[in-house]
Amino acid sequence: MNQQTQHYYLPAPSYWPIIASTALLTLASGFVLFLNHFAPGPYVMVAGALILAYLVFGWFGVVIKESVGGLFSRQVDHSFRWGMGWFIYSEVMFFVAFFVALFYARNVAVPWLGDTKLLWPHFVAHWPTVGPGITEASFTPMKAWGIPAINTLILLSSGATVTWAHWGLIKNNRTQLKIGLIFTILLGVTFLGLQAHEYAEAGFSIKSGIYGTTFFMLTGFHGLHVTLGAIMLTVILFRVMAGHFSAENHFGFEAVAWYWHFVDVVWLLLFVFVYWL
Amino acid sequence: MSTTTATHHDEHHSHPTGLMRWVTTTNHKDIGTLYLWFSFVMFLFAGSMAMLIRLELFQPGLQFVQPNVFNQLTTLHGLIMIFGAIMPAFVGFANWQVPLMIGAPDMAFPRLNNWSFWLLPAAGTLLIASIFVPGGASAGGWTMYPPLSIQGGISQDMTILALHILGISSIVGSINIITTIFNMRAPGMTLMKMPIFVWTWLITAYLLIAAMPVLAGALTMMITDRHFGTSFFNAAGGGDPVMYQHIFWFFGHPEVYIMILPAFGILSTVIPTFSRKPLFGYHAMVWATASIALLSFVVWAHHMFTVGMPAAAQVFFMYTTMLIAIPTGVKVFNWVATMWKGSLTFETPMLFSVAVVCLFTIGGFSGLVLAIVPVDIQLQDTYYVVAHFHYVLFSGSAMAIMSGVYYWLPKWTGHMYDEKLGQWHFWLTTIAFNVTFFPMHFTGLAGMPRRIPDYALQFAEFNMISSIGAFVLGASQLLFLYIVIKCIRGGASAGDKPWESADTLEWTLPSPPPYHTFETPPVVK
Repeated sequence: MNQQTQHYYLPAPSYWPIIASTALLTLASGFVLFLNHFAPGPYVMVAGALILAYLVFGWFGVVIKESVGGLFSRQVDHSFRWGMGWFIYSEVMFFVAFFVALFYARNVAVPWLGDTKLLWPHFVAHWPTVGPGITEASFTPMKAWGIPAINTLILLSSGATVTWAHWGLIKNNRTQLKIGLIFTILLGVTFLGLQAHEYAEAGFSIKSGIYGTTFFMLTGFHGLHVTLGAIMLTVILFRVMAGHFSAENHFGFEAVAWYWHFVDVVWLLLFVFVYWL
Repeated sequence: MSTTTATHHDEHHSHPTGLMRWVTTTNHKDIGTLYLWFSFVMFLFAGSMAMLIRLELFQPGLQFVQPNVFNQLTTLHGLIMIFGAIMPAFVGFANWQVPLMIGAPDMAFPRLNNWSFWLLPAAGTLLIASIFVPGGASAGGWTMYPPLSIQGGISQDMTILALHILGISSIVGSINIITTIFNMRAPGMTLMKMPIFVWTWLITAYLLIAAMPVLAGALTMMITDRHFGTSFFNAAGGGDPVMYQHIFWFFGHPEVYIMILPAFGILSTVIPTFSRKPLFGYHAMVWATASIALLSFVVWAHHMFTVGMPAAAQVFFMYTTMLIAIPTGVKVFNWVATMWKGSLTFETPMLFSVAVVCLFTIGGFSGLVLAIVPVDIQLQDTYYVVAHFHYVLFSGSAMAIMSGVYYWLPKWTGHMYDEKLGQWHFWLTTIAFNVTFFPMHFTGLAGMPRRIPDYALQFAEFNMISSIGAFVLGASQLLFLYIVIKCIRGGASAGDKPWESADTLEWTLPSPPPYHTFETPPVVK
């Protein structure tokens, strides 16, 4: 984005949105078929995922080309800032719903199940619990101060490395920028690897009552967002190596950095409320 | 609608014609048109379901549909009216009017804008296809409470995914609207100089971004409870079906304000125009809209007064629900004050807007009645509730949409609509609407439950009256369709400003406006 144009860029008519809608419809239909054990399900899902991948590369590719081509004025840059901010806010609200489920279960549902004399009179309310009606031979809840604590340090460090990379970009130190990004990605991938290990070694599953439910859904969606963030960071790294981004104009980098910080903050909340307390 | 010839500058491209024009457009006017037509088709489709519902309820006994089919009809009628008719209609207005009213060349993200629209047919495909799968469409009500929704067939999964896709459309669209309003206003147009319609959409967009992800969360919890063994809503696992209701209504209540605030914006545009007076109390109207939006987040459990909440919680929600009537009342008073000593004429847009002020207020009053916990214990899940929400949603949202359509059709098409036919449409609609829904207050007070295909004999007379009203109401909307098509095809030339007292920026443009407008923003004093 080198030129400063005066007019607000209005994109030409485009096929990408209809391709995106087709991708989502295919993916959704495949998912429905898969959930209901129809044989074509997984194949339709894969088809949808492929169209979606094509779409993501295509549409973002077009936007990157427009940006590098200098078509975006300062005002367009501001639009992107507003847009990314509000998008992250919508993701925050999505996590809020799941945290609400956790707090409601721990502070309302489970205590009331312990208080009522109906259905399960011998249930004593406690947390973690698989609930009064599910019997599990062994149930070992997650401990906070092992790998999860290490993961907290990893993600916090990755927030620092991406900030350090940003400072490199602002100072025009491309080496600092690249190394910072690489470290951030490596830390993110390490986080994911450790989480996968924890998932495999967990003493309970998603079917282990409300504890397993909230644990895996909250950390699972978080892990999904870390994965997306790591992919986005990698794309930014490739763009850096292709010479994109200047010290004055690099909102693509900032947007992904914001997203990464958001993912970090969600982890902190997870660590405190899911693992620790 | 809008022409394809336009003033060009160097960034312009040749526009595709035919079907591809509509598939690939990045133009806010085209996309607004797409939304409006989509919503009209969905309105007629969901309205047909209502006709079948009222046909079955015309007399006691089961004459036309099986109970399971009846339940599918009520569920789909609700889902499609809310997500397919009302919401897209208002988004259509936002697309057409917001950039014009703020002097912007288009929305902030024109290509994303196209995606927001084309997600709707994708979602609609899933939802309507669910009618034809084994087990039929989702039949547990548009609110999809567990445990019934956990037990539903494949159609429940299709409904969940359809709603996810609709949610993406709304969230992306709202990000677009907020960014447009914050970033693209013409120089000199401060926030407090914006047309009030733009304010209502700014606030509505905020509600959408905050609430739709919560619905997505609830839907995801439902689908994992259905298929992945989670225990969100399963007490045996330590979960709680009532938790769904909390999460759903935390979305659901802001949702109903999402459906009414743009209507308020239309009223605040139409009434001053036909009173030939500025809107009374602009600042108060902005304050009131923002207060309604804020309060809408703390009233949700008034949908749940009968689930067994502690009394303290019920009282809290009763008070907050009554509180939200205050800013709403401020708006009603300000519309009336706008008309007071105005130079009034009652063309069709004004007829609809005035009717909305009166009838929505009735709906607001029944809402206040329902807010009182001991009263709601009796009236929950009765036809009193059905009366309440149809008064606010039909004679509030839907009739405001009709008002807006008549108001802006001349601008969109360049032709005046047939005023005589418009008046016929108005009176038929208003009278038939009241014949349909006013008796439901009494039916509900008499104890008739909601969502039942057959009923006790003492409710027979009121139901017959409601059904007759409903048939006339439904037929009248075909007249509306005729009027709209007739206006598009021709009519008296509208000129730039058919309404002499209209003062927002779109009336400075030709009718219909060129394909691209305000490429250089106007300076607003």
